Amino acid sequence: MRNQEQAVFSVPEVMVDTPMHFCPGCHHGTIHRLVGECLSELGLVDSTICVGSVGCSVFIYNYLRLDAVEAPHGRAAAVATGVKRARPENFVFTYQGDGDLAAIGLSEIVYAANRGEKVSVVFVNNTVYGMTGGQMAPTTMVGQKTTTCAGGRSQERDGAPLKMAEMLASLEGTSFSARVAVDSIAHLKKAKKALKKAFEVQIQGLGLGFVEFLSACPTNWHMNPLEANARISGELSAYFPLGVYKDPGQAVEASGGETCIRM
Amino acid sequence: MRTDRILVKGNEAIAMGAMDAGCECYFAYPITPQSDIPEYLSTALVQAGGEFIQAESEIAAANMLLGAAACGKRAMTSSSSPGISLKQEAISYMAGSDLPAVIVNISRGGPGLGSIDPSQGDYYQATRGGGHGDYRTLVLAPSTCQEAYDLTVGAFDLAFTYRNPVVILGDAILGQMKEPIRTWRSRGRPEGEAEDWALSGARGRAPRLLKSLYLSEGALAEHHAHLVSKYEQMQAEARGEEVQTQDAELVVVAYGSIARIAKNTIRSLRTEGYRVGLFRPITLYPFPAPALADLASQGKRFVTIEHNTGQMVDDVRLAVRRFADSELLSVYPGRLPNPEDFEHPIRQLMQNEQQTEEA
Amino acid sequence: MYQDVIIAGFGGQGVLLIGNVLAQAAMQAGQNVTFMPVYGVEMRGGTANCTVVLADEEIGSPVIHSPMSLIVMNQPSLTKFLPRLRSGGVLVVNSSLVDTSQIQEQGIHMAPIAANDIADDLGTVKMANIVALGAWIKATNALPLDSVREVVASLFAAKGEKLIQANDQALIRGAEAAVQAGHGAQIQAEGKL
Repeated sequence: MRNQEQAVFSVPEVMVDTPMHFCPGCHHGTIHRLVGECLSELGLVDSTICVGSVGCSVFIYNYLRLDAVEAPHGRAAAVATGVKRARPENFVFTYQGDGDLAAIGLSEIVYAANRGEKVSVVFVNNTVYGMTGGQMAPTTMVGQKTTTCAGGRSQERDGAPLKMAEMLASLEGTSFSARVAVDSIAHLKKAKKALKKAFEVQIQGLGLGFVEFLSACPTNWHMNPLEANARISGELSAYFPLGVYKDPGQAVEASGGETCIRM
Repeated sequence: MRTDRILVKGNEAIAMGAMDAGCECYFAYPITPQSDIPEYLSTALVQAGGEFIQAESEIAAANMLLGAAACGKRAMTSSSSPGISLKQEAISYMAGSDLPAVIVNISRGGPGLGSIDPSQGDYYQATRGGGHGDYRTLVLAPSTCQEAYDLTVGAFDLAFTYRNPVVILGDAILGQMKEPIRTWRSRGRPEGEAEDWALSGARGRAPRLLKSLYLSEGALAEHHAHLVSKYEQMQAEARGEEVQTQDAELVVVAYGSIARIAKNTIRSLRTEGYRVGLFRPITLYPFPAPALADLASQGKRFVTIEHNTGQMVDDVRLAVRRFADSELLSVYPGRLPNPEDFEHPIRQLMQNEQQTEEA
Repeated sequence: MYQDVIIAGFGGQGVLLIGNVLAQAAMQAGQNVTFMPVYGVEMRGGTANCTVVLADEEIGSPVIHSPMSLIVMNQPSLTKFLPRLRSGGVLVVNSSLVDTSQIQEQGIHMAPIAANDIADDLGTVKMANIVALGAWIKATNALPLDSVREVVASLFAAKGEKLIQANDQALIRGAEAAVQAGHGAQIQAEGKL
């Protein structure tokens, strides 16, 4: 490297130097990097056990150099429970998409949160089933067209999209719950802060740490990456507000109203 | 009356067959390589006034199926290998409760997450009643898109005739390939079907109970006697296809897509003068054992070709056991077999005696 | 008659589309046909190939290891599939992306088609697959070109006259290119399964 050059950005060592399979404009790559950065900065890499799931993120174990176990579709929170109970001194996190966590895995995440399992959960919400070709997800917006609701999601038939950050925040065992996005640098910085917090509550043994990332899927949204980002900033953030829904440092209102602490 | 041909995927043929059979309810979860089925039905079934739900999981879908079946509705679910594993409990309950239902398995590589490629690794699961307890489901194994359509239409009739779950066992080759088919006007749902047992509210009649719990002494045994008797009657539905078996020295036994691939091999070897034929089970349960035993009694030899590590070969050996044995030629899931894979091993078999090969 | 072809390229080159077109045209021409796609796991990129079998008789295997003909759209596909081409087989290869100088032409009929260039010339490189299909039709004479033109036209019917015309031209130019490459050649269809 020449004298005048100064490295101002690099990926953490825990990331494997390999091309990723994600589509152009997908946010998985960015979120994987944030996970890698937080693990590195907190000195967790060597003690981390990653619980992978089923969806576009199934190959996380190819991109982050960590001990990893592949869970059946939806069961990552249960597998993580088993891992953490077996090895409480290790750092354990799951990385799940909207089908994995909010559909087939809903019971598992609710119970892991309710029991206050000391694990961290990275939830990537892109409102569609990507890997299997674009079917409806629990977080698909009303009116959004997918391959299994060609005319657009109908609230009457399919219910409203699920708000996981809020739902899990209502449980005693959840120590930290937040919703973030990486559609802009400003949002990305806040996302990283939230992710770090979710990891810290595990280190401090306080309970389950949960971060929901609003994420883009240009391919199955039939948009280009910029349009997809705009959808996050606009339509999705309006329905799924960004913010911290539970934080061990903040008192929670007893009145039952929605508590959302803006970061 | 058959209509003009349309070019469709095997998955679509199955979905169309369900529609034409008068399927009213369909519940499923996406999984490769069968997601075309829920995608097709999400529009078609709703347009026809039926109920479609993309369930939160395969377990939920299978239990929704149980509910609709209890009400006497023609209902179906579909999935692939790992999802079918999830459905086993509900299938066991449906079999134990004498409920009619159609379950489609477009199988992929296993075990576990396996692969999205084709396999025949779910043969045991399908034919041995893959869940707990003593039960059987009818198992149909189409090998072409036309047969996928035809057998799906027929599956609903069978399910209601026997009040039993019926499994349609395909694979990723069948599910994803396209072929011309002709759809036909089936009679749909017969008048009065299920009216004598289905749940509809007990007004004006004695209440009906659909359950599988039998706690009092001897009750479960009696229930088993009933199921065993039902399965004995089901043997009449056994079917298979024979290709050039009459003068064959060696009979290849294969089902589904593998049987199709083997057809090329057999044509090839016939031109080289080898007297080889094919027996293709169409029903895997009931297994067409009598027809195979008949061939065995004529002194023929057998080789079972399958896309797994050896499952159907057990049933072939059982069927021919009084007269013969069967060799096994298995291609492991994760490799796609082609006609040439089978040629050399079969030539060798015909030239030597007693060899078990792995392709 | 019996003919089979493996069509291969990278995901996004429209390899499966022309396989579909061919299958549709064959069906409309009254033949039996199977279309078998193979995809990688990736939603984008990766490799894609499909096998199309056309025959008068009932078709056995939709999966063919040693095809009678190939349409190869990119270099890795050439490396993978050329060794499997039957002796005497037809190779339609996209010379815009593939180095054809190293191909051993002994025993096969090769038609190098500058598909990307021709397509680009006609308006968009996205039609390279259609060009290659036109070339294959002429090189094998498996189907009348008109039956394929019909299917392509109906495929783009909703997209407007301009696209219909452009794709029709792509087919025709592909066919012409095959003839220029020295191929009105056809394979003996008899004697195969």
